[in-house]
Amino acid sequence: MKDDTIAKGLTAPEDQSVLHGLWALTNRELMKWYKVPMLLFMSLIQPVIWLGLFGKAMNFGALFTGQSFNIPGLNIPKQVLDSISSQIMENTFGTTDYFSFLAVGMLTFVILFTAMFSGMSIVWDRRFGFLDKILTTPVSRGAIVMGKIFSSVIRSLVQAAVVLIVAVLLGMDISKFSVTGLLGTFAGLFLMTIGLSSLFLMLALRSTDWQTQMAIMNLLNLPLLFASNALFPAKLMPTWLEYVVRINPISYGTDVGRQLLLGSAGMASLWFDFAYLVAFAIIFSAVGIILSWRYLTQ
Amino acid sequence: MSESIILVEGLTKVFNAKVKAVDDVSFDVKQGEIFGFLGPNGAGKTTTIKMLTTLLKPTLGKASVCGYDIIKYPTEVRRSIGVVPQEYTADEDMTGLENLMLVASLYGIPKSIAKERAEELLQLVELKDAATRKVSTYSGGMRRRLELAAGLINHPRVLFLDEPTLGLDVQTRTAVWQYIRRLKEEYKMTLFMTTHYLEEADGLCDRIAIIDHGKIVRIGTPQELKASIGGDVIELGLDNDADDISALIHQIKLVKEVKRVNSHYRIKSEVGEEAAPQIIELLRSKGYHVTRISLTKPTMDEVYLEYVGRNFREEEDRTDVMTRRAVLRRARA
Ligand SMILES: Nc1ncnc2c1ncn2[C@@H]1O[C@H](COP(=O)(O)OP(=O)(O)O)[C@@H](O)[C@H]1O
Ligand SMILES: [Mg+2]
Repeated sequence: MKDDTIAKGLTAPEDQSVLHGLWALTNRELMKWYKVPMLLFMSLIQPVIWLGLFGKAMNFGALFTGQSFNIPGLNIPKQVLDSISSQIMENTFGTTDYFSFLAVGMLTFVILFTAMFSGMSIVWDRRFGFLDKILTTPVSRGAIVMGKIFSSVIRSLVQAAVVLIVAVLLGMDISKFSVTGLLGTFAGLFLMTIGLSSLFLMLALRSTDWQTQMAIMNLLNLPLLFASNALFPAKLMPTWLEYVVRINPISYGTDVGRQLLLGSAGMASLWFDFAYLVAFAIIFSAVGIILSWRYLTQ
Repeated sequence: MSESIILVEGLTKVFNAKVKAVDDVSFDVKQGEIFGFLGPNGAGKTTTIKMLTTLLKPTLGKASVCGYDIIKYPTEVRRSIGVVPQEYTADEDMTGLENLMLVASLYGIPKSIAKERAEELLQLVELKDAATRKVSTYSGGMRRRLELAAGLINHPRVLFLDEPTLGLDVQTRTAVWQYIRRLKEEYKMTLFMTTHYLEEADGLCDRIAIIDHGKIVRIGTPQELKASIGGDVIELGLDNDADDISALIHQIKLVKEVKRVNSHYRIKSEVGEEAAPQIIELLRSKGYHVTRISLTKPTMDEVYLEYVGRNFREEEDRTDVMTRRAVLRRARA
């Protein structure tokens, strides 16, 4: 058997770099989104609804400002009450306005949901034979996973930008906004979405069954969201939960945004936030790519 | 004389440590031939193709394609082959042309060349008019032709086709056969295909391997296979099912072999025309009444029955039902 003889003279003028096909695969995913206006609309409208309903309904600020207290024997002037209430709000949420606090949480929320669906798409690809087809081509196995991660990152960031714009239109506090603040926030979100997309892709690598995959996603997504500071500050949570929040990478993406966009005092220093997110992104995407080498082919 | 382009030695695939889908299979495919894997559903045809196209790792054994070992040089193998899988794999949300361009870019073919090739191939498979339509609007035949085009985009030296005509109507099936012949004749391509259609294997393949329960039971040209089963076949039915009269029939000198299949007998003879009257004569003299008799010159049907030992038509019907179910399931999903 002459198995080791390298056949010569392949005629096709092929680009043999590791990354060929990466953009094509990324664009394939994105096309499914931007070419279907309904889907694009739906994926943008969902977080906006959350933002509008949740953010406006949970009007914590009104707990104090909307009413007057009549305590016998005490005559507290309105200004004092107002100043106490904004003090409480500031201490609790890092801003005087819960809506602005939540708007930043919504940025991470929309990213979490988009990342989840990147895992779903690999299950569909496997089910419909598309994955087998691309696995018979010389495209690098890593490029297959990276294409999914990139498309998810691009989608997430676009959606996050839309959510931010809507939040501003609905009255988010922009007094502390700056260009560097915005860039920094999106850099943090970028890192977070790389890590999250990789995580959900990893969970889906071997799966052929979208129902199981859905179940896994549902099991993870709300706990990830609630056990973070996206909706409520960690310092008011029970200690055990606060520890979970401090491990949850979503907390750090949110923390960056709160510090840079709202000027809040952070859960951790900006440097620590970024270091945590960089580590999260690098470790999970590396593990994702390594696992894809091993597990895409049976 | 001609060189082997696929070499397979002792290839074995065991699933979940118990299902032996492919069992110690060895064969070679010569440059420029159409080699067919013929076998019933579940015989191990797809599993073999998946190993040769680097989708599955063999449990045991080795194989090389275009001189590259499939385990040590999978990327080189992938570069030199084209694959037309059993299922439809195109992305339904994209057009036919977009699908071809995507596959081309996965092979690293520059855009300008890819465009040229894609158009050429869409012409070849007569999909030019549908090129800019979404694949979700294609019929089964159109999809199969698109898969064929996608398998050819890198101008492969070997093309693997897994049941290329499964579920197609007669007309489209004939068209696919024509494309396959053209690839061999005009482009000197080597083709490895699997099928469970006898006519297809007989009419299209230069050599056939009959596979059943993961094992190759026979390899040869269609002519060799037909000759190997030894002459004409007489099929005989009696009004009396109860007695086994195999031994009785065997007494006739011209009869080479008798086998009881279900409720009738398959009798082999070099000269069926002469043996048949003698058999009827003998049976009548023993008081048996022959209800039906047929004489067949060997065809692939006979070959198949001989080596696989099951009635092929039953298999085929069952497969078609299963395919239809699979298609329905997908349509609903
Ligand atoms: N991924 C798998 N896991 C377990 N068993 C499998 C798998 N793929 C195929 N098989 C089994 O291997 C056998 C051969 O299947 P296959 O190669 O698809 O047959 P064919 O293509 O000839 O119809 C069948 O019994 C099938 O059930
Ligand atoms: Mg099969």
